[in-house]
Amino acid sequence: MEKFVFYILAIIMIVAAIASVSSRKMLRSVVYLLFVLIGIAGIYFLIDYNFLAAVQLTVYAGGIIVLVIFSVLLVHHIEMELEMAKLPAKILTGLLCLVGLGIFLITIYSYDFKVVENYKSTSVADIGRGLLSYDAGGFILPFEVISVLLLAAMIGAIIIGKGDKLTKNDEIV
Amino acid sequence: MISGISIYEIFTLTSILFFIGIYGFITRKNLISILISIELLLNASAVNFVIINKYMYPDALQGVYFSIFIIAVAAAETALAVAIIINLYRQISSVEAKDTEIMKY
Repeated sequence: MEKFVFYILAIIMIVAAIASVSSRKMLRSVVYLLFVLIGIAGIYFLIDYNFLAAVQLTVYAGGIIVLVIFSVLLVHHIEMELEMAKLPAKILTGLLCLVGLGIFLITIYSYDFKVVENYKSTSVADIGRGLLSYDAGGFILPFEVISVLLLAAMIGAIIIGKGDKLTKNDEIV
Repeated sequence: MISGISIYEIFTLTSILFFIGIYGFITRKNLISILISIELLLNASAVNFVIINKYMYPDALQGVYFSIFIIAVAAAETALAVAIIINLYRQISSVEAKDTEIMKY
């Protein structure tokens, strides 16, 4: 059963990803990306990391997609068609990507991964304790650093998004 | 782990997604489309961390934490990129990569 769910998710994700990088309409491309992100959340659900799936759905599907759609609507007309690369460039890039994919797959399939049979589930409490522990192997420092990074990025986004209006106001005052 | 699915199949899926992202990153001419391709790349790599964690080291949680950090960095990066794109659109009325010639204002 889970096998079929995985294959369906995989097909949906690959088709949506190809459509997302090749669609000529901007908004459609963003919506195809949304399908890929939801498919990845589905994979997180399948391997029983519910917390990650929830984070993926809220941050990516809820936050990032909305941001990108906002910027598309602010910047483009909905019907505007994108300028695409020339056909020889596309074919060359596609071939290079196929070669790279082949090298990746050969490397992956020739390596012997030591897979451990397990069907454990991880609770959200375990993840939270690990993130906040300051013992060896705890993740309290990266956790704090990432919170400062997010704050700095948000302030920077506000300053950059406001443009030169902010500096002009300063001069008046 | 997913019953009936080996680690190789999942790696195949994420590799395909990763190279679709690279293809889009190179062929697209629009800043927002490039941003979309970067999201594909980041997601494919985040799934790999989680899969290796679950299949090979089920007692540890490091892969989950790295995945959470990747998601957080991706959120910060998208917010900054959208701010830069909108500011650029105000100044040069275009978001095509070839029109983007100025860095300072």
